This record gives sequence, C-alpha cells and structure tokens, in this order.
Amino acid sequence: MKYLDEFRVKGPLQAILAKIKALSPQPVSLMEVCGTHTVSISKSGLRSLLPSHIRLISGPGCPVCVTSLGDVDRVIMLAAEERNHKRFIITTFGDMMRVPGSSTSLMKEKAKGADIRIVYSPADALTMAVENPEREVVFFAVGFETTSPTIAATVLNAQSAGISNFSIISNHKLIPPAMEVLLEDATTTIDGFLCPGHVSAIIGTRPYQRIVERYGKGCIISGFEPLDIILSTYRLMLQIQERTPRVEIEYSRVVQAEGNGKALAMLYKVFSVTDARWRGFGTIPNSGLALKEEFFPYDAAQKFGLTAPEVSDPKGCRCDQVLKGIIIPPQCPLFATRCTPAEPVGACMVSSEGTCAAYYKYEQ
Amino acid sequence: MDDYVFLAHGNGGKFTSQLIQSCFLPYFQDLILHQLNDQAIFDVDKCRIAFTTDSFVVDPLFFPGGDIGKLAVCGTVNDLAVGGAIPLYLSAGFIIEEGFPLEEIKKISSSMSAAAEEAGARIVTADTKVVEKGACDKLFINTSGIGIVSRDVDFGPHRVRPGDKIILSGYLGDHGVAILSSREGIAFETSIISDCAPLNLLVSDLLPHAHALRAMRDPTRGGLGTLLNEIARQSGTGMTIYEELLPVREEVQGVCEILGLDPLYLPNEGKLVAFVERGHAEVILQAMRQNPLGRDACIIGETMDKPAGKVIMETRVGGSRMIDMLVAEDLPRIC
Repeated sequence: MKYLDEFRVKGPLQAILAKIKALSPQPVSLMEVCGTHTVSISKSGLRSLLPSHIRLISGPGCPVCVTSLGDVDRVIMLAAEERNHKRFIITTFGDMMRVPGSSTSLMKEKAKGADIRIVYSPADALTMAVENPEREVVFFAVGFETTSPTIAATVLNAQSAGISNFSIISNHKLIPPAMEVLLEDATTTIDGFLCPGHVSAIIGTRPYQRIVERYGKGCIISGFEPLDIILSTYRLMLQIQERTPRVEIEYSRVVQAEGNGKALAMLYKVFSVTDARWRGFGTIPNSGLALKEEFFPYDAAQKFGLTAPEVSDPKGCRCDQVLKGIIIPPQCPLFATRCTPAEPVGACMVSSEGTCAAYYKYEQ
Repeated sequence: MDDYVFLAHGNGGKFTSQLIQSCFLPYFQDLILHQLNDQAIFDVDKCRIAFTTDSFVVDPLFFPGGDIGKLAVCGTVNDLAVGGAIPLYLSAGFIIEEGFPLEEIKKISSSMSAAAEEAGARIVTADTKVVEKGACDKLFINTSGIGIVSRDVDFGPHRVRPGDKIILSGYLGDHGVAILSSREGIAFETSIISDCAPLNLLVSDLLPHAHALRAMRDPTRGGLGTLLNEIARQSGTGMTIYEELLPVREEVQGVCEILGLDPLYLPNEGKLVAFVERGHAEVILQAMRQNPLGRDACIIGETMDKPAGKVIMETRVGGSRMIDMLVAEDLPRIC
C-alpha cells in the first residue's frame, strides 16, 4: 500500500540500523511521546533490533490512558443517570468503553441497560442528535491537538444548524505542557523526544522550540512506520552525540513547520486553554481545553452541572510511572497478573494505544 | 401484515404451518425433512461420526458475498470439514423477531438451500420460533451438522509436532471487512466480498494426504492469531510465522489501517489453516492451489520446540514479536 509498504521494508531499515550501531554506544533514553509510536515499535519488533544501550520509553501520548479516573467516573455517573431516566444517549470512542472507573465502566453500564454508543467520529454523534430530538446526545470527548479540531468543527456545526440536544464533555489535552512536566520531574531520565506526528501536523514545530531552548533536549517529529521511527531514532542519536539539540521534522510527508493554521483557528475559536487533570500527573497548568463561554450550551458539564469526583487511582496500579516512562510495564506488580487486557486495572492496559496493552500483546 | 412475521406465526398452529409452507418447505426440499416429523431418521454406515453446532447472529443479515443463511450452512459444514469429516446432515433452527419480512426469510432459506447443495449436505430437520419485537434482533439461526470421518483420519493439536509447516488456504480478513463495510455507521466502500464458502470442497482434495495432515482449523471469530495460539497451547509447541508471507488484500489492509484493526484477528468464513508434516508440505500446498478455494494458499510459518505454547511473528522489517489471542471483542456479531 502506497505510503505504508515503502516504510515497512527490511533493506533500508537494516541500513539505518547499521548507522545507529556505528555511533558510539552511549546509553540513552529516548521517549516516544505518542501511543501510536509505542504500538508501532512493539508491533514491528523494533526493540528486538535496536542495540541495548538505546532505551525507547513510552510517554503520555495515549488520550484514553491519561484521562483521569475522576473524569471517567463523571461520565459513568451520567450513564447511571441515563439508565434510570432515559434522557441521554452517551457516545464515545470505542476504547473509552472499557476504561475502569472507581467501581464500574461504561461497558458494564451499557450491559446494565444504559444507552451508550460507540462512534467513529463526533460528527456521527451530532447526526444521532438530529435523529433523536427527544434525547440529549452527549459526546465523551478525549484526545489531543489531533482530534480537538474535529470536535471544534462539530460544535460549530451544531451551533450553525441550531441543534440544541447535543453537548460534549471535554477532556481534551495538550501535549507540550506534559512534556515539560516530564522534564521538570527529577525521577525521569529523558535524553530526547520522538514527537507525535499527527499532533505536530496541527501544532507545527513552534511549541517544541521551548523544549530545545529551555531544557536542551532534541525533538524529532516522527512518522509512525518502522522506517520513520528508526530514522528518527538515528537523527536523535546524532543530535545527542553532536550536542546539537533542535527540532527536526522526519514526518515531512505530513507535517509542516507552521502546522495547520485552519485547524488551529477553529480549535481556538471554540476552546480556551485551561488546567487539566492527567492520570498519573495530577493537574497540569494550561494543558487542557475547555469550551468557551459562548459555547456553554454545548458543554454537558455546564448544562447538567456535572462535576468530577475526587478519587484516587487503584491500589498497586503504577500507570503513573508507566506514563512518565519511569518504569516499563513488566515492572508493575499488577502487569499480566491482576491487570490484563481482559480485566484491566489501569487505563494503560485498556487502550489499543496504551503502553501496557502494547507490551502485553506483543512483547511478553 | 401478511408480508411480515407476527407473533402468531410462532404459535405452533395454523400460522406456523403457513410460515413453514411458504418460507421454508419450498426451499428445503429434502425428502426426510418433508416427512415433517419431530426428528430426522437416517442410516449411517458403521463409521465414526462428527457432530457440531453453531449459532449465527450476524449483523447485517445480508452482506457482500453472502447472507446469514449461507453463513449458517457454511459455518457448520466447515466445522465438520476441518475435522476431516464428510458433512451429511444438517439441522436448522430459526429464531425470528416479529415484524420480520417474509420475503427476506425466503431469500435466506433459498441461499441456505443453495449452500447445502453446493456442500453436498442435506438439511433434514428444522424448527422456527417467533419472539416479540426487541426480544431478538431480526433473525438468529442455529445449525447443527453430522458428518462421517474415515478411520484413517485423525486431525488435532495432539498430532502437531515441532518442524511442521503451517499452510493458510488464502487471503485473510475478507469476511470481516465485507461485514464492516455493510454495517451502518461505518461509511466506506470496498469491492471486498465475504469468503464464505463450504470448505469440505477443499478438504476433500486434501484427504488423500490425510497421513501427513496433523491438524486443521478454520480461522473464524478471533482470526488466525487466535487459532494459532489455541493450537500452540493445546499441542505445547511453539510457532513462528512470517509477516511478509501473510496474504492480505490491499483493500483489507487499508480498512485495517483506518479502523485500527489487525488482519490477524479478522474473521474468515472460507479459509483453513493446516499443520502438515514438513516433507509433505509442498505436495499438500499444490493440492490446495489446484482447488478454487485454495488458489492463494501459502506456507506462512512453522512449528518449533520453543517457546512452547507461544506464537512469534517475524515482522516485515526483521524484528520479532509475540502474537497473542484476541482479547477485546473488536467486531461483535460478525457471524
């Protein structure tokens, strides 16, 4: 398949691998920020090919995984309300269904009779609202800069079409502030970042400049295929060895330095930046997106007075350290024992992009 | 209302009889079934019997390349066939939601009849039930099947040994993608049609090599990944398969890329996986390729001592990774 097959071939990959092996064997920890990178690394078996002094660690770039327990509980409470009163249709992306809340999950609430539906696009949820005028369709929105513009577009469409029975619960988050928190954390060791390709397609290179200038860490915006990742790893290794940290775009077939102005304009027309709670990180200032006041009619939290309860993460679960790259999943005592994809304890085991799920599935 | 099933069609009286007369008997013409007894009685030669059952809840009922009726016949025939059995007799049980169009029952009965005829199996007994609106979704079918197995056939994980070759009979994932593409809420078009087919037509060409066939299964729900894990665990052998040898159509791969699915876990309804003695692998592969249902067959890997009970894939880029069983229900109601 065009744009995929040519990035999954052995010859060029082995050639770059040879170049990596020819560099001095300096131990480094490189963080792939995005969950899609994590899955691609595990799925293609890249870790088995890289020399042992290069440690690829997974970051917080899985939106399902970093959604805080309280935010999951908030939607579960709405689902329980739905079950009793049949006022709502709750919609969300598939992976959110199985994320455990404090005592139950959306999937379990659905089995008990709540009307919870999986959608592939927020636009489908809006269509559902048009088709069910007597019910309120609530979209449980998670995602980073990549998905937020499509949510913004959906809210704008709802507004211009005068659809009043559609609202969202926004748990949108921004990636660069989390990267900075990781670098400020004394318990982490990160020598450079493989930056998320699709987030960067929206935000461009500018937000990473701060990471280079303030923390002296290199940032390579990487594509998701094995060849992209191995090439980005090589370029990052070169930067580290030559002590020339900078922002580079490896994923040039998609990402432009200035990002996607149109998407950003739409995003900031609808959302404003706010503090956000991240699983494993706590509250990170200016790392979330909330609907602006003029869009409050589309904000389910405002419309129905929903507040997220204060809850603590499940006992023994070390998702927090996995999300920061401090440990790899097999170092968590629950990994593959009490916590499995079939019976997940932490969100990192649920999402198809979760680090624990990727290790469980491909690297046990 | 005459064009739809209503609850009285399930009352066991006159309406039920009308339903059977109009929607089933014209299509199920087997003489044993037409005796309309409570059971089918038939002779079986002195031999070993294979017996299996399967229920079908596929959504939607009609999809490119088939419908629930064809699937219900092929699914049961295939479960018999991969055990080396020659399918002989089938039963069919229908659970119908009130309001279901009679015209659709006729279409489904007709395709069941055609599929059974193609497979050379006879539908000899059947039952219908009608339930209230909402108590089932449109139509569910259960089929059971009986086949005979020759004394010199013994397929199963207990016979798999390290060093065996693993043969897959054709492209992966066509059924899964055909269902997805016809499902509401996912708007994409493909030219992919379900591979739904009676595999006994292929297995009959392999039976002359039965001595070299260790085990056969069809990768339906759970796909190839789950099947290999089941055999690995049951046989205690390890397995390595090679990503670059796996046959996946470009369109299927494309759908997987977009929806985040893995062809290894997509269901198939007309494919089989055979574990064969290394020395006979080429001969069996050629025999498969001579048959239209095995035209694209290929060797995808081999069994080995270690890691016992696990399946490893050598990836296209030369790395290696584990293949686990399917965990989440990615695609509900696929068969």
